Amino acid sequence: MYETNYHRASSVEEAVRLLAGAEDGKFLGGGQTLIPTMKQRLASPSDLVDLGGIAAMKGISDEGGAIRIGAGTPHYDVATSDIVRNRIPGLASLAAGIGDPAVRHMGTIGGSIANNDPAADYPSALMALGATVVTSKRELAAEDFFQGMFDTALDEDEIVTAVIFPVPEKSAYAKYPNPASRYAMAGVFVAKTGGMVRVAATGAGQNGVFRIAEMESALAANWSPSAVAGVTVDADELLSDIHGSAEYRANLVTVMAKRAVAAAG
Amino acid sequence: MTQVAMTLNGKKVSANVEDRTLLVHYIREAQGLTGTHVGCDTSQCGACVVHVNGRAVKSCTMLAVQAAGAEVMTVEGLANGPELHPVQAAFREHHGLQCGFCTPGMIMTAVDMIRRHNGVLDEDTIRHELEGNICRCTGYHNIVKAIKAAADQMVAMRTAAE
Repeated sequence: MYETNYHRASSVEEAVRLLAGAEDGKFLGGGQTLIPTMKQRLASPSDLVDLGGIAAMKGISDEGGAIRIGAGTPHYDVATSDIVRNRIPGLASLAAGIGDPAVRHMGTIGGSIANNDPAADYPSALMALGATVVTSKRELAAEDFFQGMFDTALDEDEIVTAVIFPVPEKSAYAKYPNPASRYAMAGVFVAKTGGMVRVAATGAGQNGVFRIAEMESALAANWSPSAVAGVTVDADELLSDIHGSAEYRANLVTVMAKRAVAAAG
Repeated sequence: MTQVAMTLNGKKVSANVEDRTLLVHYIREAQGLTGTHVGCDTSQCGACVVHVNGRAVKSCTMLAVQAAGAEVMTVEGLANGPELHPVQAAFREHHGLQCGFCTPGMIMTAVDMIRRHNGVLDEDTIRHELEGNICRCTGYHNIVKAIKAAADQMVAMRTAAE
Protein backbone atom coordinates (compact mmCIF):
# COMPACT_ATOMS: atom_id res chain seq x y z
CA MET A 1 0.00 0.00 0.00
CA TYR A 2 1.02 3.63 -0.40
CA GLU A 3 2.67 5.40 2.48
CA THR A 4 0.35 6.81 5.12
CA ASN A 5 0.52 8.44 8.53
CA TYR A 6 -1.22 6.85 11.47
CA HIS A 7 -2.86 8.63 14.38
CA ARG A 8 -4.72 7.10 17.29
CA ALA A 9 -7.55 9.17 18.77
CA SER A 10 -8.75 8.71 22.32
CA SER A 11 -11.92 10.76 21.94
CA VAL A 12 -14.34 11.71 19.17
CA GLU A 13 -13.28 15.35 19.47
CA GLU A 14 -9.62 14.43 19.11
CA ALA A 15 -10.39 12.29 16.06
CA VAL A 16 -12.18 15.19 14.35
CA ARG A 17 -9.26 17.49 15.19
CA LEU A 18 -6.68 15.02 13.86
CA LEU A 19 -8.58 14.62 10.61
CA ALA A 20 -8.84 18.39 10.20
CA GLY A 21 -5.04 18.57 10.42
CA ALA A 22 -4.54 15.97 7.69
CA GLU A 23 -4.17 16.64 4.01
CA ASP A 24 -6.43 13.81 2.86
CA GLY A 25 -7.27 11.80 5.94
CA LYS A 26 -9.67 8.96 6.61
CA PHE A 27 -11.14 7.51 9.76
CA LEU A 28 -10.11 3.91 10.48
CA GLY A 29 -12.63 1.65 12.23
CA GLY A 30 -11.73 -2.02 12.45
CA GLY A 31 -9.93 -1.75 9.12
CA GLN A 32 -11.42 -4.90 7.61
CA THR A 33 -12.45 -3.03 4.46
CA LEU A 34 -10.22 0.04 4.46
CA ILE A 35 -6.91 -1.81 4.85
CA PRO A 36 -7.59 -4.30 2.01
CA THR A 37 -8.76 -1.33 -0.11
CA MET A 38 -5.51 0.51 0.62
CA LYS A 39 -3.48 -2.62 -0.16
CA GLN A 40 -5.14 -2.76 -3.56
CA ARG A 41 -4.29 0.94 -3.97
CA LEU A 42 -7.95 1.77 -4.45
CA ALA A 43 -7.63 4.21 -1.55
CA SER A 44 -4.57 6.22 -0.60
CA PRO A 45 -5.36 8.43 2.40
CA SER A 46 -2.44 10.59 3.50
CA ASP A 47 -3.44 9.97 7.11
CA LEU A 48 -5.42 7.40 9.04
CA VAL A 49 -7.18 8.44 12.22
CA ASP A 50 -7.80 5.26 14.22
CA LEU A 51 -11.09 5.30 16.14
CA GLY A 52 -10.34 1.94 17.79
CA GLY A 53 -9.05 3.52 20.99
CA ILE A 54 -12.18 5.57 21.71
CA ALA A 55 -13.76 3.84 24.70
CA ALA A 56 -16.95 5.92 24.51
CA MET A 57 -17.71 4.41 21.10
CA LYS A 58 -17.74 0.81 22.37
CA GLY A 59 -20.38 -1.25 24.11
CA ILE A 60 -24.01 -2.26 24.05
CA SER A 61 -26.71 -0.95 26.38
CA ASP A 62 -30.39 -1.69 26.88
CA GLU A 63 -32.28 1.59 27.04
CA GLY A 64 -35.73 0.09 27.57
CA GLY A 65 -37.49 0.42 24.25
CA ALA A 66 -34.23 0.56 22.32
CA ILE A 67 -30.76 -0.96 22.21
CA ARG A 68 -27.80 1.35 21.78
CA ILE A 69 -24.68 -0.08 20.14
CA GLY A 70 -21.49 1.95 20.12
CA ALA A 71 -20.13 2.38 16.59
CA GLY A 72 -16.77 0.85 17.58
CA THR A 73 -18.36 -2.38 18.79
CA PRO A 74 -17.03 -5.38 16.83
CA HIS A 75 -19.42 -7.80 15.12
CA TYR A 76 -18.38 -10.58 17.50
CA ASP A 77 -19.56 -8.57 20.51
CA VAL A 78 -22.92 -7.84 18.86
CA ALA A 79 -23.33 -11.50 17.90
CA THR A 80 -22.64 -12.76 21.42
CA SER A 81 -24.29 -10.01 23.47
CA ASP A 82 -27.07 -11.34 25.73
CA ILE A 83 -28.91 -8.05 25.31
CA VAL A 84 -28.92 -8.26 21.52
CA ARG A 85 -29.65 -11.99 21.44
CA ASN A 86 -32.64 -11.62 23.75
CA ARG A 87 -34.06 -8.36 22.44
CA ILE A 88 -33.20 -8.32 18.70
CA PRO A 89 -32.31 -11.91 17.76
CA GLY A 90 -32.27 -11.10 14.04
CA LEU A 91 -29.51 -8.56 14.62
CA ALA A 92 -27.39 -11.00 16.65
CA SER A 93 -27.67 -13.66 13.97
CA LEU A 94 -26.81 -11.12 11.25
CA ALA A 95 -23.65 -10.10 13.13
CA ALA A 96 -22.70 -13.77 13.61
CA GLY A 97 -22.72 -14.28 9.85
CA ILE A 98 -20.48 -11.40 8.76
CA GLY A 99 -17.18 -12.49 7.19
CA ASP A 100 -15.43 -15.06 9.35
CA PRO A 101 -14.50 -15.26 13.06
CA ALA A 102 -11.26 -13.26 12.74
CA VAL A 103 -12.96 -10.54 10.70
CA ARG A 104 -15.78 -10.36 13.28
CA HIS A 105 -13.22 -9.72 16.01
CA MET A 106 -12.02 -6.55 14.24
CA GLY A 107 -14.81 -5.22 12.02
CA THR A 108 -17.22 -2.74 13.61
CA ILE A 109 -20.84 -1.75 13.05
CA GLY A 110 -19.88 1.89 12.58
CA GLY A 111 -17.24 1.06 9.99
CA SER A 112 -19.64 -1.18 8.11
CA ILE A 113 -22.43 1.37 7.80
CA ALA A 114 -20.10 4.31 7.10
CA ASN A 115 -18.70 2.36 4.15
CA ASN A 116 -22.19 1.30 2.97
CA ASP A 117 -20.99 -1.52 0.76
CA PRO A 118 -23.99 -2.61 -1.34
CA ALA A 119 -23.37 -6.20 -0.20
CA ALA A 120 -22.81 -5.46 3.51
CA ASP A 121 -25.24 -7.00 5.99
CA TYR A 122 -25.82 -4.25 8.57
CA PRO A 123 -27.55 -1.68 6.32
CA SER A 124 -30.54 -4.02 5.91
CA ALA A 125 -30.94 -4.31 9.68
CA LEU A 126 -30.81 -0.56 10.21
CA MET A 127 -33.44 0.01 7.51
CA ALA A 128 -35.77 -2.80 8.62
CA LEU A 129 -35.53 -1.98 12.31
CA GLY A 130 -35.96 1.77 11.75
CA ALA A 131 -32.65 2.52 13.48
CA THR A 132 -31.21 5.93 14.25
CA VAL A 133 -27.58 6.67 13.39
CA VAL A 134 -25.88 8.91 15.95
CA THR A 135 -22.92 10.87 14.63
CA SER A 136 -20.48 13.44 15.96
CA LYS A 137 -22.80 16.12 14.55
CA ARG A 138 -26.40 14.89 14.58
CA GLU A 139 -28.87 12.02 14.57
CA LEU A 140 -30.13 10.57 11.31
CA ALA A 141 -32.85 8.05 10.47
CA ALA A 142 -31.39 5.04 8.64
CA GLU A 143 -33.48 5.96 5.58
CA ASP A 144 -31.74 9.33 5.38
CA PHE A 145 -28.30 7.96 6.25
CA PHE A 146 -27.90 5.45 3.39
CA GLN A 147 -27.77 7.30 0.09
CA GLY A 148 -26.72 4.72 -2.47
CA MET A 149 -23.77 2.52 -3.29
CA PHE A 150 -20.85 3.36 -0.94
CA ASP A 151 -22.61 6.64 -0.24
CA THR A 152 -23.98 8.00 3.02
CA ALA A 153 -25.13 11.35 4.40
CA LEU A 154 -21.87 11.60 6.38
CA ASP A 155 -19.65 14.64 5.89
CA GLU A 156 -15.93 13.92 5.44
CA ASP A 157 -15.23 14.93 9.04
CA GLU A 158 -18.30 13.30 10.58
CA ILE A 159 -18.03 10.14 12.67
CA VAL A 160 -20.73 7.55 13.38
CA THR A 161 -20.63 7.20 17.17
CA ALA A 162 -23.56 4.85 17.85
CA VAL A 163 -26.61 3.18 16.37
CA ILE A 164 -29.92 3.05 18.24
CA PHE A 165 -32.25 0.17 17.39
CA PRO A 166 -35.89 0.22 18.55
CA VAL A 167 -36.72 -3.22 20.03
CA PRO A 168 -38.99 -5.11 17.62
CA GLU A 169 -41.64 -7.77 18.31
CA LYS A 170 -40.11 -9.96 15.64
CA SER A 171 -36.88 -9.84 13.66
CA ALA A 172 -34.81 -12.13 11.47
CA TYR A 173 -32.20 -11.98 8.74
CA ALA A 174 -31.54 -14.48 5.98
CA LYS A 175 -28.74 -14.19 3.49
CA TYR A 176 -27.32 -16.12 0.63
CA PRO A 177 -23.59 -15.52 1.07
CA ASN A 178 -21.12 -15.41 -1.75
CA PRO A 179 -19.20 -18.65 -1.14
CA ALA A 180 -15.80 -16.92 -1.31
CA SER A 181 -16.29 -13.53 0.33
CA ARG A 182 -19.35 -14.27 2.54
CA TYR A 183 -20.78 -10.95 1.42
CA ALA A 184 -24.50 -11.09 0.68
CA MET A 185 -25.51 -12.08 -2.85
CA ALA A 186 -28.89 -11.21 -1.40
CA GLY A 187 -29.80 -10.66 2.24
CA VAL A 188 -33.22 -9.80 3.59
CA PHE A 189 -34.02 -8.44 7.04
CA VAL A 190 -37.63 -8.57 8.21
CA ALA A 191 -38.92 -6.83 11.33
CA LYS A 192 -42.20 -6.05 13.02
CA THR A 193 -41.89 -3.10 15.36
CA GLY A 194 -44.88 -1.53 17.13
CA GLY A 195 -47.15 -3.40 14.73
CA MET A 196 -45.35 -1.95 11.71
CA VAL A 197 -43.62 -4.29 9.26
CA ARG A 198 -40.42 -3.36 7.45
CA VAL A 199 -38.49 -5.46 4.95
CA ALA A 200 -35.08 -4.43 3.62
CA ALA A 201 -32.78 -6.15 1.13
CA THR A 202 -29.01 -5.86 0.74
CA GLY A 203 -26.53 -7.35 -1.72
CA ALA A 204 -28.97 -7.06 -4.57
CA GLY A 205 -29.79 -3.42 -5.31
CA GLN A 206 -27.88 -1.25 -7.75
CA ASN A 207 -28.14 1.59 -5.28
CA GLY A 208 -27.44 -0.41 -2.17
CA VAL A 209 -29.96 -1.33 0.50
CA PHE A 210 -33.66 -0.87 -0.28
CA ARG A 211 -37.04 -1.51 1.30
CA ILE A 212 -39.65 -3.69 -0.34
CA ALA A 213 -43.05 -2.04 0.17
CA GLU A 214 -45.06 -4.83 -1.43
CA MET A 215 -43.62 -7.40 0.97
CA GLU A 216 -44.25 -5.08 3.90
CA SER A 217 -47.95 -4.73 3.14
CA ALA A 218 -48.28 -8.45 2.42
CA LEU A 219 -46.70 -9.30 5.78
CA ALA A 220 -48.73 -6.68 7.63
CA ALA A 221 -51.87 -8.48 6.43
CA ASN A 222 -50.50 -12.00 6.94
CA TRP A 223 -47.20 -12.65 8.75
CA SER A 224 -46.17 -15.89 7.08
CA PRO A 225 -43.61 -17.02 4.50
CA SER A 226 -46.40 -17.70 2.03
CA ALA A 227 -47.37 -14.01 2.10
CA VAL A 228 -44.09 -13.02 0.42
CA ALA A 229 -43.69 -16.12 -1.76
CA GLY A 230 -45.48 -14.48 -4.67
CA VAL A 231 -43.79 -11.08 -4.37
CA THR A 232 -40.84 -10.49 -6.68
CA VAL A 233 -38.68 -7.40 -6.98
CA ASP A 234 -37.96 -5.81 -10.34
CA ALA A 235 -34.76 -7.31 -11.77
CA ASP A 236 -34.11 -4.08 -13.70
CA GLU A 237 -33.16 -2.41 -10.43
CA LEU A 238 -30.77 -5.16 -9.32
CA LEU A 239 -27.04 -5.85 -9.56
CA SER A 240 -25.78 -8.15 -12.26
CA ASP A 241 -22.17 -9.37 -12.11
CA ILE A 242 -19.96 -12.46 -12.32
CA HIS A 243 -21.51 -13.75 -9.09
CA GLY A 244 -25.09 -13.72 -10.34
CA SER A 245 -27.47 -12.12 -12.81
CA ALA A 246 -30.13 -9.61 -11.79
CA GLU A 247 -32.84 -12.24 -12.41
CA TYR A 248 -31.04 -14.72 -10.16
CA ARG A 249 -30.75 -12.09 -7.44
CA ALA A 250 -34.45 -11.19 -7.79
CA ASN A 251 -35.30 -14.82 -7.12
CA LEU A 252 -32.89 -14.93 -4.17
CA VAL A 253 -34.56 -11.89 -2.59
CA THR A 254 -37.92 -13.65 -2.49
CA VAL A 255 -36.38 -16.87 -1.17
CA MET A 256 -34.41 -15.00 1.53
CA ALA A 257 -37.54 -13.06 2.52
CA LYS A 258 -39.45 -16.34 2.97
CA ARG A 259 -36.62 -17.79 5.04
CA ALA A 260 -36.36 -14.68 7.19
CA VAL A 261 -40.10 -14.65 7.97
CA ALA A 262 -39.96 -18.36 8.82
CA ALA A 263 -36.97 -17.76 11.11
CA ALA A 264 -38.67 -14.83 12.84
CA GLY A 265 -41.62 -17.09 13.75
CA MET B 1 8.51 5.81 11.00
CA THR B 2 7.04 5.02 14.39
CA GLN B 3 8.42 3.12 17.35
CA VAL B 4 5.92 0.27 17.80
CA ALA B 5 6.10 -1.64 21.07
CA MET B 6 3.97 -4.59 22.08
CA THR B 7 4.08 -7.78 24.09
CA LEU B 8 4.83 -10.61 21.68
CA ASN B 9 4.47 -14.13 23.06
CA GLY B 10 4.90 -12.76 26.57
CA LYS B 11 8.03 -10.77 25.76
CA LYS B 12 8.21 -6.98 25.45
CA VAL B 13 9.40 -6.06 21.96
CA SER B 14 9.79 -2.86 20.00
CA ALA B 15 10.79 -1.83 16.49
CA ASN B 16 10.89 1.29 14.37
CA VAL B 17 8.61 0.69 11.38
CA GLU B 18 6.67 2.62 8.77
CA ASP B 19 3.06 3.37 9.69
CA ARG B 20 1.89 1.32 6.71
CA THR B 21 3.66 -1.82 7.98
CA LEU B 22 1.21 -4.67 8.43
CA LEU B 23 1.25 -6.59 11.68
CA VAL B 24 2.25 -9.77 9.86
CA HIS B 25 5.33 -8.06 8.41
CA TYR B 26 6.21 -6.60 11.79
CA ILE B 27 6.09 -10.09 13.27
CA ARG B 28 8.01 -11.78 10.46
CA GLU B 29 10.50 -9.13 9.44
CA ALA B 30 11.00 -6.81 12.40
CA GLN B 31 10.79 -9.59 15.02
CA GLY B 32 12.02 -12.55 12.97
CA LEU B 33 9.15 -14.86 13.88
CA THR B 34 8.32 -16.56 10.59
CA GLY B 35 5.73 -19.04 11.86
CA THR B 36 2.99 -16.61 10.89
CA HIS B 37 2.51 -16.85 7.13
CA VAL B 38 1.32 -14.53 4.39
CA GLY B 39 -0.97 -16.55 2.16
CA CYS B 40 -3.50 -14.63 0.11
CA ASP B 41 -2.79 -11.17 1.54
CA THR B 42 -6.49 -10.40 0.94
CA SER B 43 -8.04 -11.36 4.34
CA GLN B 44 -9.42 -14.64 3.06
CA CYS B 45 -7.05 -17.53 3.69
CA GLY B 46 -6.22 -17.17 7.39
CA ALA B 47 -2.57 -18.29 7.16
CA CYS B 48 -1.68 -15.08 9.03
CA VAL B 49 -4.03 -15.53 12.03
CA VAL B 50 -2.54 -14.44 15.35
CA HIS B 51 -4.16 -13.46 18.64
CA VAL B 52 -4.33 -9.79 19.60
CA ASN B 53 -5.45 -9.24 23.18
CA GLY B 54 -6.73 -12.81 23.22
CA ARG B 55 -8.74 -12.69 20.01
CA ALA B 56 -7.91 -14.29 16.65
CA VAL B 57 -7.32 -11.70 13.93
CA LYS B 58 -5.86 -11.67 10.44
CA SER B 59 -2.47 -10.02 10.86
CA CYS B 60 -2.36 -9.14 7.14
CA THR B 61 -5.40 -6.91 7.70
CA MET B 62 -4.13 -4.92 10.63
CA LEU B 63 -1.38 -2.34 10.83
CA ALA B 64 1.43 -3.07 13.27
CA VAL B 65 0.86 0.33 14.83
CA GLN B 66 -2.78 -0.57 15.52
CA ALA B 67 -1.43 -3.33 17.76
CA ALA B 68 0.91 -0.97 19.64
CA GLY B 69 0.64 -1.74 23.35
CA ALA B 70 -1.30 -4.96 22.73
CA GLU B 71 -0.60 -8.54 23.81
CA VAL B 72 0.11 -10.49 20.64
CA MET B 73 0.44 -14.26 20.48
CA THR B 74 1.75 -16.19 17.48
CA VAL B 75 2.11 -19.91 16.88
CA GLU B 76 5.60 -19.70 18.38
CA GLY B 77 4.08 -18.67 21.70
CA LEU B 78 1.86 -21.71 22.23
CA ALA B 79 4.25 -24.44 23.31
CA ASN B 80 5.46 -24.69 26.87
CA GLY B 81 9.18 -25.22 26.29
CA PRO B 82 9.58 -28.59 24.57
CA GLU B 83 5.98 -29.53 25.37
CA LEU B 84 3.58 -28.83 22.50
CA HIS B 85 0.26 -27.09 23.09
CA PRO B 86 -2.58 -29.68 23.00
CA VAL B 87 -3.76 -28.28 19.65
CA GLN B 88 -0.26 -28.57 18.16
CA ALA B 89 0.06 -32.11 19.53
CA ALA B 90 -3.34 -33.05 18.07
CA PHE B 91 -2.39 -31.72 14.62
CA ARG B 92 0.70 -33.95 14.72
CA GLU B 93 -1.17 -36.96 16.09
CA HIS B 94 -4.02 -36.73 13.55
CA HIS B 95 -1.85 -35.52 10.69
CA GLY B 96 -3.87 -32.31 10.33
CA LEU B 97 -1.60 -31.00 7.58
CA GLN B 98 0.14 -31.85 4.37
CA CYS B 99 2.32 -29.03 3.08
CA GLY B 100 1.92 -27.15 6.38
CA PHE B 101 1.60 -23.66 4.98
CA CYS B 102 -1.87 -23.00 6.43
CA THR B 103 -1.09 -24.83 9.69
CA PRO B 104 -0.01 -21.90 11.90
CA GLY B 105 -3.21 -20.03 11.03
CA MET B 106 -5.31 -23.16 11.47
CA ILE B 107 -3.80 -23.77 14.90
CA MET B 108 -4.27 -20.17 16.07
CA THR B 109 -7.87 -20.23 14.82
CA ALA B 110 -8.43 -23.57 16.55
CA VAL B 111 -7.09 -22.32 19.89
CA ASP B 112 -9.36 -19.27 19.65
CA MET B 113 -12.37 -21.37 18.66
CA ILE B 114 -11.85 -23.83 21.52
CA ARG B 115 -11.61 -20.94 24.00
CA ARG B 116 -14.78 -19.24 22.71
CA HIS B 117 -16.78 -22.47 22.79
CA ASN B 118 -15.29 -23.54 26.11
CA GLY B 119 -14.06 -26.71 24.39
CA VAL B 120 -17.58 -27.87 23.51
CA LEU B 121 -17.37 -28.38 19.75
CA ASP B 122 -19.03 -30.71 17.28
CA GLU B 123 -17.86 -31.37 13.76
CA ASP B 124 -20.37 -29.00 12.13
CA THR B 125 -19.38 -26.15 14.40
CA ILE B 126 -15.67 -26.72 13.75
CA ARG B 127 -16.22 -26.69 9.99
CA HIS B 128 -18.29 -23.51 10.22
CA GLU B 129 -15.69 -21.86 12.46
CA LEU B 130 -12.98 -22.65 9.89
CA GLU B 131 -14.72 -20.43 7.33
CA GLY B 132 -11.86 -17.95 7.38
CA ASN B 133 -9.03 -20.49 6.97
CA ILE B 134 -8.24 -22.09 3.67
CA CYS B 135 -6.27 -25.32 3.18
CA ARG B 136 -5.49 -26.44 -0.36
CA CYS B 137 -4.08 -29.89 0.50
CA THR B 138 -5.94 -31.83 3.14
CA GLY B 139 -9.61 -31.48 2.28
CA TYR B 140 -9.94 -30.41 5.94
CA HIS B 141 -10.88 -33.84 7.34
CA ASN B 142 -7.81 -34.34 9.48
CA ILE B 143 -7.76 -30.71 10.53
CA VAL B 144 -11.32 -31.07 11.84
CA LYS B 145 -10.39 -34.36 13.55
CA ALA B 146 -7.36 -32.75 15.20
CA ILE B 147 -9.36 -29.79 16.51
CA LYS B 148 -12.11 -32.06 17.84
CA ALA B 149 -9.53 -34.27 19.59
CA ALA B 150 -7.72 -31.28 21.10
CA ALA B 151 -10.99 -29.72 22.29
CA ASP B 152 -12.13 -32.98 23.89
CA GLN B 153 -8.76 -33.43 25.53
CA MET B 154 -8.72 -29.89 26.90
CA VAL B 155 -12.21 -30.39 28.39
CA ALA B 156 -11.06 -33.69 29.94
CA MET B 157 -7.95 -32.04 31.42
CA ARG B 158 -10.09 -29.25 32.85
CA THR B 159 -12.57 -31.74 34.34
CA ALA B 160 -9.75 -33.78 35.85
CA ALA B 161 -8.25 -30.65 37.41
CA GLU B 162 -11.53 -29.69 39.07
